[in-house]
Amino acid sequence: MTELTKYEPHTIYIKPSKGLAALNLRDLWIYRELIFFMVWRDVKVKYKQTLLGMAWAVIQPVMTMLIFSFLFGKVAKLPTEGIPYPVFAFAALLPWGLFVTALNQGSRSLVAHNNMVTKIYFPRLILPMASVFAGLVDFAIAFVILVVLMFYYQVTPAWNLIWTLPLFLLLAIVTALGVALWLSAINVQYRDVNQALPFLTQFWLFATPVAYSASVISDKWQVVYSLNPMAGVVNGFRWALLGTGNGPDAALWVSVGISILIFISGLFYFRSMEKTFADTI
Amino acid sequence: MTTAISVHNIGKQYKIGAAETKFRYNMLRDVIVDTVSAPIRLAKAMVGRSDRRMNQNYVWALKDVSFDLEEGKVLGIVGRNGAGKSTLLKILSRVTEPTTGTVSVRGRVGSLLEVGTGFHPELTGRENIYMNGAILGMRRAEIDSKFDEIVDFSEVTQYIDTPVKRYSSGMYLRLAFAVAAHLEPEILVVDEVLAVGDAEFQKKCLGKMGDVAQQGRTVLFVSHNMSAILRLTQEAIVLNKGQMIMRAPSQQAVDFYLSSGQSQAGEKIWDAEDVPASSAPFTPLSLKVKEKGGKVVDTVRSTEPVTIEFEYKLSAGVTGLRVGLYVSTMRGEYIFTSFDTDDAALFENYDTRSAGHYISRAEIPADIFNEGRYTVGVNASSFGVRRYFMDENALAFNVDISGAPGTQWGEPRVGPVRPRLNWKIEKLY
Repeated sequence: MTELTKYEPHTIYIKPSKGLAALNLRDLWIYRELIFFMVWRDVKVKYKQTLLGMAWAVIQPVMTMLIFSFLFGKVAKLPTEGIPYPVFAFAALLPWGLFVTALNQGSRSLVAHNNMVTKIYFPRLILPMASVFAGLVDFAIAFVILVVLMFYYQVTPAWNLIWTLPLFLLLAIVTALGVALWLSAINVQYRDVNQALPFLTQFWLFATPVAYSASVISDKWQVVYSLNPMAGVVNGFRWALLGTGNGPDAALWVSVGISILIFISGLFYFRSMEKTFADTI
Repeated sequence: MTTAISVHNIGKQYKIGAAETKFRYNMLRDVIVDTVSAPIRLAKAMVGRSDRRMNQNYVWALKDVSFDLEEGKVLGIVGRNGAGKSTLLKILSRVTEPTTGTVSVRGRVGSLLEVGTGFHPELTGRENIYMNGAILGMRRAEIDSKFDEIVDFSEVTQYIDTPVKRYSSGMYLRLAFAVAAHLEPEILVVDEVLAVGDAEFQKKCLGKMGDVAQQGRTVLFVSHNMSAILRLTQEAIVLNKGQMIMRAPSQQAVDFYLSSGQSQAGEKIWDAEDVPASSAPFTPLSLKVKEKGGKVVDTVRSTEPVTIEFEYKLSAGVTGLRVGLYVSTMRGEYIFTSFDTDDAALFENYDTRSAGHYISRAEIPADIFNEGRYTVGVNASSFGVRRYFMDENALAFNVDISGAPGTQWGEPRVGPVRPRLNWKIEKLY
């Protein structure tokens, strides 16, 4: 054994966790490398033993975009505020793809790794977090495609996207993580989540302005509509990238508020359930 | 000396009874009502106002356990199944939280159970070492510095860049073990009962444990194997029904455990309170393993027949009753099942058993078992009508193979059975 690896052992106190003090972010920091390794593993394994490999990360969003362009752009001729439909749809598919991956992988993350959960200690938050972050790789690939599309259709981006886009990306991550925290923790006890996920994903897609423009929603319903935090995320992405819509308005702040609410409550719900994960999974 | 582990009034409560309520309904109406009300129940449970909680039973898997352990000591933990041994280890390794009490642990806790946790078949050996190391709490720099040592120890150097799904199970296990063995935790917990792998591998685990203890690390060792406890530990605690009933030098603790009748040593006696009311009119009394001479024993010789006796009472006549045995390995693989009315003549004669006191006795012929430890389960039922009583893990016994076929080679034989086969060798030309 080399001297390098020796370190002074620190004392760990184990006791029944109570209330909000249970958040224990210190452990999350200590185990930060594990998040990296989990993301790396997910990315590495995702397209193993596939013929097309990483090409799937391109094919999936592009095919969805083509189908949407045909159905909603050509056949239904939905209004797009002057933006070519493929670019219009793709700008929304970017955050939506991230969200769907997080929703599906994140919600199943604890149950999928039940052998880890029942055998060893590590901050359980790492599992849903890693699932969400792994989606960022696909997001980055899709982003490159969007840039190509924008060049092709000669869509000029709004100048302020340099700081607005990262903020909306952050909002997308917070929303996705919040939902993943809730669903993954519930899934430990009630596998109903697995059954509900396909339906939930589909329903959520219709409730979010991915295929259509948020402007088709009548003013009367705008407030109710903005209760869906993904509506804020998608509108924000379009505004930042293509300059459509109103930009930050009251509806957006409602979405942001809901996102943060889901995230914070998800964090505490997750932590309060965490102590029984190993017993009930 | 510094204290490595300090356990103070630890308790762990588990819910039971959820399963019982689930199996309770036997009418279609109940099933429908249950299904219809499921979403409401889910909603109630989510807001934490479960009405199920009312009829749920809680059981203390561990209660008021306190002890301190100094750095560098090896502590044995003995107790029968369900005594709380594994729960204690799970709390110490922070897999599950205690319901009450506090523990302070100085340093990292590692266990040889974690072997291969988080291994992904698609990743190469190299990638899995990093992944598994991170899961076990090693830092990247630490894995880097030990990488060569781990690979050497695992003996898979040539295949280190091959996905582990192409590995043989032996290679896989060796690699997984190599990572766990190089974690070098300050405190090592070993649960022999749950240890996976073949006898060879278990031996390796025990060997590693001995090394660790000699390096002055703290070890907690759970085992059903009293000779291993005596060999490897200086001190032991005895757990019974979740409570610590003794802490003493190992010899003393083992003697106490064996003599207090909870060791399941060749004999199991059911107290009235151990028998569920639902088993009436059937009441199990005792189950015994006897050697050829009729003595109750914990260890039998594979070269001699073994008798298993199940004593029970019937408070009323029962039609179609059959009383039987399940014999399985410690890993839970069944070896055989047999019932007392398997034989056609007995089946006719005992069509109805009147109320009374019975013994069902089975003789297991010689040359059946291989070396190892086996569990005996019992079952009393009327086929297709009702199961009166069942205890899948009533007792366990050891088999000694001296004089068995093939022992001249002194190598372990795989498989739970060791029959004396009628070999003939023919010289053709």
